[in-house]
Parts: sequence; structure tokens; C-alpha cells
Amino acid sequence: MSTTVETNKAIKGGEFLIRETKAQEIFIPEEFNEEQRMIMQQCKDFLAKEVWPRLDEIDSMKDPKLMPSILDKAGELGLLGTSVPAELGGFGMDFNTTMLVAEVIGAGHSVAVALSAHTGIGTLPILYYGNEEQKKKYIPKLATGEWKAAYCLTEPDSGSDANSGKTKAMPTADGKHYILNGQKMWITNGGFADIYVVFAKIENDKNLSAFIVEKSFGGITMNEEEKKMGIKGSSTRQIFFNDCKVPAENMLSERENGFKIAVNILNIGRIKLGIAALGGSKQTISIATRYANERKQFGTSIATFGAIKHKIADMVTKVFASESAHYRAGQNIDDAYNAFVAGGMDSAKARLKSLEEFAIECAILKVHGSEVLDFVVDEGVQIYGGMGFSAEGPMDRAYRDARINRIFEGTNEINRLLTIDMLLKRAMKGQLDLMTPAMAVQKELLAIPDFGASEEEGIFVKEKKALNNLKKAGLMVSGAAVQKFMMKLSEEQEILMNLADMLIEGYIAESVILRVEKLIALRGEKACGIEKEMAMIYLHYAVNKGAAAGREAINAFAQGDEQRLMLMGLKRFTKIDPYNLKDARRKVANHVIEKGEYPF
Amino acid sequence: MKILVCITHVPDTTSKINFTDNNTRFNTAGVQFIIGPYDDYSLARAIEIKEATPGATVTVLNVGPADTEPTIRKALSVGADDAVRINAEPTDSFFVAKQIAEHAKSIGYDLILMGRESIDYNSGVVHGIVGELLGWPSVSPVMKLDIEGTKAKLAREIEGGKEFLEVNLPFVAGCQEPIAEWKIPNMRGIMSARTKPLKVVEPVSVDSGVKLQQFELPPPKGAVKMIAADNVAELVTLLKNEAKVL
Ligand SMILES: Cc1cc2nc3c(=O)[nH]c(=O)nc-3n(C[C@H](O)[C@H](O)[C@H](O)COP(=O)(O)OP(=O)(O)OC[C@H]3O[C@@H](n4cnc5c(N)ncnc54)[C@H](O)[C@@H]3O)c2cc1C
Repeated sequence: MSTTVETNKAIKGGEFLIRETKAQEIFIPEEFNEEQRMIMQQCKDFLAKEVWPRLDEIDSMKDPKLMPSILDKAGELGLLGTSVPAELGGFGMDFNTTMLVAEVIGAGHSVAVALSAHTGIGTLPILYYGNEEQKKKYIPKLATGEWKAAYCLTEPDSGSDANSGKTKAMPTADGKHYILNGQKMWITNGGFADIYVVFAKIENDKNLSAFIVEKSFGGITMNEEEKKMGIKGSSTRQIFFNDCKVPAENMLSERENGFKIAVNILNIGRIKLGIAALGGSKQTISIATRYANERKQFGTSIATFGAIKHKIADMVTKVFASESAHYRAGQNIDDAYNAFVAGGMDSAKARLKSLEEFAIECAILKVHGSEVLDFVVDEGVQIYGGMGFSAEGPMDRAYRDARINRIFEGTNEINRLLTIDMLLKRAMKGQLDLMTPAMAVQKELLAIPDFGASEEEGIFVKEKKALNNLKKAGLMVSGAAVQKFMMKLSEEQEILMNLADMLIEGYIAESVILRVEKLIALRGEKACGIEKEMAMIYLHYAVNKGAAAGREAINAFAQGDEQRLMLMGLKRFTKIDPYNLKDARRKVANHVIEKGEYPF
Repeated sequence: MKILVCITHVPDTTSKINFTDNNTRFNTAGVQFIIGPYDDYSLARAIEIKEATPGATVTVLNVGPADTEPTIRKALSVGADDAVRINAEPTDSFFVAKQIAEHAKSIGYDLILMGRESIDYNSGVVHGIVGELLGWPSVSPVMKLDIEGTKAKLAREIEGGKEFLEVNLPFVAGCQEPIAEWKIPNMRGIMSARTKPLKVVEPVSVDSGVKLQQFELPPPKGAVKMIAADNVAELVTLLKNEAKVL
């Protein structure tokens, strides 16, 4: 009895909720090829040589030329041109390879932020929305790092509400220029950028337009560097535009298309931010594990204590699970891109379209990746004990630098809201059939529960059933909430947060189970014992979290019989066979402790 | 100028070492392999010389089975022009040196560089034997190497100081840092590594007269016993009765 719809068609964004994906359909990181592994090593070597030995110097900001010079070195290695096609001076890599670069560089603290702002929100608006002349003029120099870029969207009174910015662009009488006036805030790379992508409203437009502004245009001043909690080595400035004269041909795309550009570019940034956070997490796990092995208390290394093993196992498991989802989505994006290009679409447009298609997944991954990182650095501090609280130990920087990730590229609240909002919009537009499975779940709710043992054989049969049920629970609660509030659901943010959590956990748990299933098919079950335990640990975590979120949501809007029925349904859909998670965690932790680093 | 750089395919420095088959084989399961770090420096210097010398080429060579090819391609990605793999287990130093020498004779190089030693079995003699077999000078450990026409100026590390030498080409050098800055491959290098020639050559037969019998790991470190700082009597008792050193 399955309420999921049939497989074997091009995968659509958001469809994971109502579709049973097969293990062989997803890409897993273990499939990266030799060249991709070389790139991974190259990025690690770059950090080991140019970044890690100078973290204090970078964070001190004493030498304003240091960060740009490190970006120059990254440019020489080709790390700034991975997304740029060969004809524009880059390497035209597929999306998942650019994800791999983002992941490894993600362990680079402030440098990771500077580099990703340059290659992502700095370069991509021009690459994807620029016309031929604009691309030819700017992209090759951005791809080598000769020019550095920044992205100016946020203003003092316009943060999450990005389209409300007040910066103005007034056309000159001859129509040849726009005169920019306004104030931007929190601009990464602001202090040294040569090129700014600036969002502003033309005359009294309702929507933003986007402009490529060269620092040399004049009329640009800035405040001192912001004093920040973390990523202290990353330049963050307020920027003032005072009669900054921008040639009319430097408008990107069309008038009033700026908000759309901003949203789409942030969307790409989201999945990249998620994977970068996992790179940071892996590095933190390795450092914390080494410390746990070395630090002795009560006559033995603290890594031998169950409480520490529990932490290490959870840190590693969450990263492994989240990573499974990131590269799964990355491949979906690559596949969609290839399909669009094969259908005759031009490359830049296909890139955008493929990312837009998976915008729900991108928002999920931003939230999950950044929250896994925060969990990992928090436990990292704890494993270090008092030394974790020392400003001279490595956990101090890891802890502070992690925090920004839940704030920029759309706060995690905004992204949680977006996941559900986008899902419902797609359902309403008929792009995603949520109704049929939601109705089926309601029917199932009233039917006699299916107590029969599963006939199917194979790996993860029961676990997949639990997973399917978790999705059903999500459909049941969302369906009921939609029916209850209709168009007013957007005012019930607390419930939307619960729904988002159910969705997120379902996606991540499914991804890790499918990854391990595929890995077992590749390497045999014996070789995947640890990975299997991680899939079990994560599934239990996801189901429990989903159950708690579902309960909160139901209790917030249902009463009487409806409430009782739904709570019963939720219980049924979040039932999971008991499993000895203590033993599972010990196995995982022992493996990590023996390797002395994040080993997967 | 034709430069040959000989590279080893060795376990990453953080690998856990253990043996199988009655302690006669290194257990490679789960081990990550890298270019020998000293070889990496010699490769970096070779690339620097190539870049400064019009027409110069760098060939990398490894004596090893097919699974060393990713390591060889890594060397190609750093900037070598082509590669040779001599298809044999590198069983001992003489065997390896003989393979290198035979290959070098067949091509004719102006310079052969390699690390001062491999970091797996650390014999540190291959460069010397290759020099002997070819009748060329060989110097190790070389920390500075500058080509000047048909000669080269070298600096060598010696006990408590440095020795400066002038050598005629061709010669063999076992290198170590700081002979060159360690090189990270750039993206273009990585992407072209697959397309560069990698020739597989069958080994010449060699009877080196050496046969491996067995490996032995050092005994694991014993557990530490903690004794309160003011309990000297206990310490003395333990040193007498347990450690039996007093
Ligand atoms: C170090 C750093 C670097 C940055 N780099 C850049 C950059 O390069 N370019 C750029 O343009 N911007 C940049 N930003 C800005 C960043 O994107 C914004 O800070 C972020 O979007 C949040 O906006 P805000 O700070 O105005 O917070 P606010 O929007 O004021 O949000 C405050 C709180 O309210 C919540 N909230 C807001 N609206 C809603 C809503 N509708 N529903 C529920 N909750 C809501 C938020 O989630 C948050 O918890 C950077 C910020 C920092 C700190």
C-alpha cells in the first residue's frame, strides 16, 4: 500500500515528497572520479599552504592586502573560475564539481566567505544575466581574480525584505547614464572589490533593477570594517553611493528584473553555503577527534568515554547525512541542466532554470547544512572542555565563524518559510501533484492500519517504510493545515516552521538511506557496516524530530475528534522499530576515533 | 634539456601501518597514497627549471603496478609533460634503480631528480645506485640546485652545515626541501593530466639477491600509570617491583 506516485520520469524539484526515489537514481560522493578527487586535494592543499597557517593574521585585518592576495593565489590555481565556461576564461565545470570545491574551501574560515562571495553572488549575476558585451568585459577578469567582486543588496532598512531597498538610480537627461544614490550594508568583500553588483530602484519603480558598478566610476565611499562576532578576516563594509555615475549599458538584464536576479542568485548561493558548512564541519570533527584522542582524564583518553563517543557519532552522522542530500540535489541540478541544454536552451539560462527547479531543495540544504555546522562546532567546543572556551584554541574560531551561516543568504527562518511557500505554490500551479497523495494519506488514516509484515526483501525495507510514513505524516499535517487556514496559512509561521522541519528531515533521511543503499550495492554490505549504522541513527533522529514537529503543529490548529484522529495517524506514521542506537553510535564513533579524523 | 623525475607512490604520512600475509605484505586497505613528499620537492624544482629553460621537458617515472597511475597523473597535473610507468612491484632499491637506469639509457636524459628517500621503506640509496649504473655523479641530499649551462651548482646538507658543489651534467640528485616551493597543481593542469602520455613499459629482469622475509611493528606503548605527585613511596615501589629498574 503505497501512496507515492510511480517513478521513471525526469525528476522535478520538490517531488521527493511524493515520489519514491530509487538508490540507483541518486549520485553519491563515493562516485567522484579521479579528477574530482584531485581537485579536492588541490583545494585542501591550498588551505593547508595559504590559509590555515595564517588564520590569526587573516582575522586581525592588519594587512588589508592579505585577503585579496590570497584570492589572487586561488585565482592562479583556477579556483575562481570553476563555474565560468571555457570561452570566458574559466573551466566550465559541472555543478557537482563546483560543489566539491565549495565544500573543501568551506573549511577556510574567512577566506571561504570571501572566495564564495566573489565566485558566487559577485560573479554569477553577470555570468547568468549579463549580455555578451558585459560578460566579455567582466567575466574573464573575475574568473582569474584580477578583479574582485561584491554584491550589494542589503541596506540598513532592507534585509530580509530585500525588495524594499531605497537606493535610487536616476537616468540622466541624455539617457546615457544612471546616477546611483543610496546606502548598502553588510557588503562582503566591500573593502577591496573592484566590481559591485548593485541593486537599486529606477525612478519610482516598485521593483529593483541590477547594475554592474566599477569602483572607478567614482561616487563610492565606505565606512570602516564592521566589527563582527566571527569571520573577522572577511571584509564587510557599509557602502555609500553618492551620485555614482553608471553607464546605461551597465544595467543587468531588464529594468525591474533585479529582484528576480537577487532571488535566483541567492538560491544558488544557498546550496553552496550548505555544502561549505559541511566542509567546515568535517574539519571541526577532525580537530575535535584528534583532541579527544590526546586529552587524558581519569587515566584514559576522553575518546574512550561513551558520552564523548555519542557526540562524535552524532556529529559525523549528521554531516554524512546532509552531504548525501547535497550531492544528490547537485546531481539533480546537473541532470536538469543537461536536459535543458539538450533541448536547445542556452547554457546560462539552463543553469538558472535547473537551479530554480530545485530551489526547494536548495533552501532545505541551506538550513540543514548551516544547522549541522552549528551543532558540530557546539559539540566541538564541548569536547575541548575548558580549552574549547579558550580564545587561543581552534574551537573558538570555529564556533564564532559558524554562526553567520544561519543569517546570510536568507536567514534560516526565511528559508524555512520559503520551502513550504514554494511547495504550495507549485502544487497550486499544478506543477506538483500534492493533492492526490495527500488525499490518499487521509483515506489511509481512516482505514484499518496495515499490520502485516512487509513481503518485500532487500536492504532497508522497513526503514524505507518508516521513511515513506514520515513523508505521509508531513503530507497529512500540511494538508490539514492548508485546509484549515487556506490563504491565511502564511500568517501561521510557527506551524510553517514545523512543516518545514518535517520536510527537511524527510529529505535528509531519505538521502542518507539511498546513499548507503547504493554504496552497499557498489561495495557489498560487509564493507558498509559503519555507513549503515549512520543511516539508522539518522533515520531515528529524523522520525523523532518529525513526530515532535507534527505534534506541535497538530496541537496548534486541530481540536476534538480531528485532533485525536490526526495524533493517532501521526503516531502510526512515525512508528519505528526499536534499534540499539547506543551500540550504533559506539560503532560509528570507534571508527572515527581510530581514524583520528572525519573518515568518509 | 630532458629531465627525468622519479616518484614514489607512498602511504599518506598519517596512515596507520599494518601488515598481512604473515607480516610479509603491507596492508593497503583504506590507505591513501601520495607522491613521496621529497619526490614532490624534486618535481617542483624540475618544473621550475623547465619553466625557466626554453625547450626543456620533464618526464616522470614510477616503478609500480597499475594502481600507482593516479599518483603519476597527479605529477602530470603539477606540470610534467609525460610519464613512464615501469610495470613491476618495486621490491627493493637495487631492482628499482636498475629499472630507472635502463630506462634512462634508452632515452638519454640530462638530469635525473628524485627525493632523498622514500617515506615508506626509507632506504635512501636509489639515487646513488642509479648514478653508479649510469656512470654519472650522484649527490644527495640536495637542497639547492641551479643549472648553469652544462654544469649545475648544488648545495647539500651535511652534519652541522652545508656543502656547495659544482657538478657536470648529466647527474643524479636526491632532493629535499627547500630546493623548491611545494607546488599545488592548478585547475588547467588537473584537467590536462588525463590527456598527457603515460607509457607503460615492462621491467627488465633483475636478480638483486635480496628477498624480503618479514616485517615487524614496534611493540605498542604500554599503559601509563598515574601516581599522585606526593606519593613518592608508591613510585619507588612500582619502579622496584613492576618496572624492575631500581
Ligand atoms: C557578515 C555578513 C555578510 C553579509 N554579506 C552580504 C553581502 O555581501 N551582500 C548583501 O547584500 N548582504 C549581505 N549580508 C546581509 C544579510 O544577507 C542580511 O543580514 C540578512 O539577509 C538578514 O537581514 P537583516 O540583517 O536585515 O535581518 P532582518 O531582516 O532584520 O531579520 C531579523 C530577524 O527577523 C527575522 N525575519 C525577518 N523577516 C521575517 C519574516 N518575514 N518572517 C519571519 N521572520 C523574519 C529574521 O529571520 C531574523 O531572525 C551580510 C550580512 C552579514 C552579517
